[in-house]
Amino acid sequence: MGWLVRARGVVAVKLLVCAKAVASFRAPVRITSNAASVDPDVLEFGPNEWDLAAAEEALCLRDQKGGEVVAATCGTSTSEKTLRRLLAMGFNRAVLVEGVPADPMSVARALTDVALLEQPDLIFCGARSSDSGHASTGSMLAELLGMPCAAVVTRVFYDEERRLAVVERELEGGLIDHMEIDTPAVLTIQTGISQPRYANLRALKKAESLTIDIRRPVREGPPAYSIRRVFHEQPANHAEMIGGDAAHIAQRIAEILRTRLS
Amino acid sequence: MNVLVVAESLRGAPQGVTRELVTAGSRLGPVTLALLTPDPVRFVPSCQLEGVTEILTVDLPGDFEPDPYSRALKDLIQARQPDLTLVAFTINGIAYAPAVAAALGLGFASDVHGLKLERGNLVATRSFYGSLVTAELEFPPDTPVLLLLRPKAWPPAVLSRNISVTEFVVPRGRSRARHIGFTEASVPGDLDIAEAPFLISIGRAVADAEGVARFQRLAERVGATLSSSRPLVDSGLMPPSRQVGQSGKVVKPKVYFAFGISGAAEHLAGITEAQTILAVNTDPYAPIFSVADYGAVADVFEIAEELEKLY
Repeated sequence: MGWLVRARGVVAVKLLVCAKAVASFRAPVRITSNAASVDPDVLEFGPNEWDLAAAEEALCLRDQKGGEVVAATCGTSTSEKTLRRLLAMGFNRAVLVEGVPADPMSVARALTDVALLEQPDLIFCGARSSDSGHASTGSMLAELLGMPCAAVVTRVFYDEERRLAVVERELEGGLIDHMEIDTPAVLTIQTGISQPRYANLRALKKAESLTIDIRRPVREGPPAYSIRRVFHEQPANHAEMIGGDAAHIAQRIAEILRTRLS
Repeated sequence: MNVLVVAESLRGAPQGVTRELVTAGSRLGPVTLALLTPDPVRFVPSCQLEGVTEILTVDLPGDFEPDPYSRALKDLIQARQPDLTLVAFTINGIAYAPAVAAALGLGFASDVHGLKLERGNLVATRSFYGSLVTAELEFPPDTPVLLLLRPKAWPPAVLSRNISVTEFVVPRGRSRARHIGFTEASVPGDLDIAEAPFLISIGRAVADAEGVARFQRLAERVGATLSSSRPLVDSGLMPPSRQVGQSGKVVKPKVYFAFGISGAAEHLAGITEAQTILAVNTDPYAPIFSVADYGAVADVFEIAEELEKLY
């Protein structure tokens, strides 16, 4: 129980950032013939924007207070590049729990044992992922760990002496919720909290040679859902498209503006 | 199928999305509506909604905190054993409901925008990859399900009357995450984009301060107010008060003219009340084109240049 026996006055922090290699399309959407999934050939993988914001926030906190920041993901070999990017940004270590990052419950379960082993003071997750967008993994992970959680956080002030974090959360309509949370805790981080630092070529090259700690998932359990079929829905409505060169498009737009604004 | 709907409340008052959740739930079975808020009895009249068979009042202290809400919802689900629990997919919804699903081992999905029963089994529809792919989900057998539903995906339930009200008492406990106060993100004195009749709105394609200045010039020339999607606010190029979307402002202009905005669901939630939407984007598959009235696949700077010549 590292966080219980850590001596008072020691300022070093231990931070865990849960990141996901998200899929995006590098070619037009294609669905497998049995409608079970998206054709993997048209997908490419990269770091999730929200997780990069979480990573930056954790790195800043580590740089300020000293200590260690560890990256963890649940994924396959397609996730390794994302972990190496985080190592190049300055993470101390990276852990890959082997598994298909499907539903948020399965991901939270896979990450639980990493967190139990690392015993961080704070766990940062991206508030959502750009590919599946459940925005739920952080909250579930906190519950499985018995920790409190603050969702959609835009500022963090960590007081390691009082074992507290004061955070700001962004609610709908631009309302900011100020909250005080006991630590250890899970914070899900909104973009805009900080601009993720670049990993320069040298750092990226160096990260290639670092070891990623690959673990097997320990816990088993049912998924939160399973996918029955997927389809590429042609939107019910589609804009009337204006063709031609820029001058022609502008002219048509000016006409539309005149009638619609009158 | 027995459905438990949790009324969405913000600063102690039920929100409009509650009525949408009731519509979604009542299409599947009788709805029990739980009001989790301080002094909930005062909201009973506005929560007498068609499809609701019982209202449960759960008196929770103060503004939203995850612990009392998740404790209350766990108690409610264990006491009432609903087949399906519905919560709004909002910032506060995601702050506690997934934890409840994890604690009780429920079937779960969020940002759901369609629901149906097929041979008695629940099928939920949600989108992946922005909105490019739609998926139908099914849930583990003989397991209750908790879903977070996307706002504005169902019509609001109409008012009804004479629905029985029961008080549901939950034990108080310590809150590990405590609300301190609220502030507004908007810069005082800045204009309110929610009231502007003509908005030119810029997105990620306008990548720097020079680009923002270029569109500010265009907006002034054509008599529009400049707004933006989230990425430009995140990078500090636009003030938060100018952000359109679920996490920014909901706008209702006569014309909404989007330059280089792809149309994430977060953004589209803010423009549903715009009368006419125009969009210019280099990506022909940008989701914004599925909500726009008029669109053009073109370079935003070229169009700005040509448009300015006409004014």
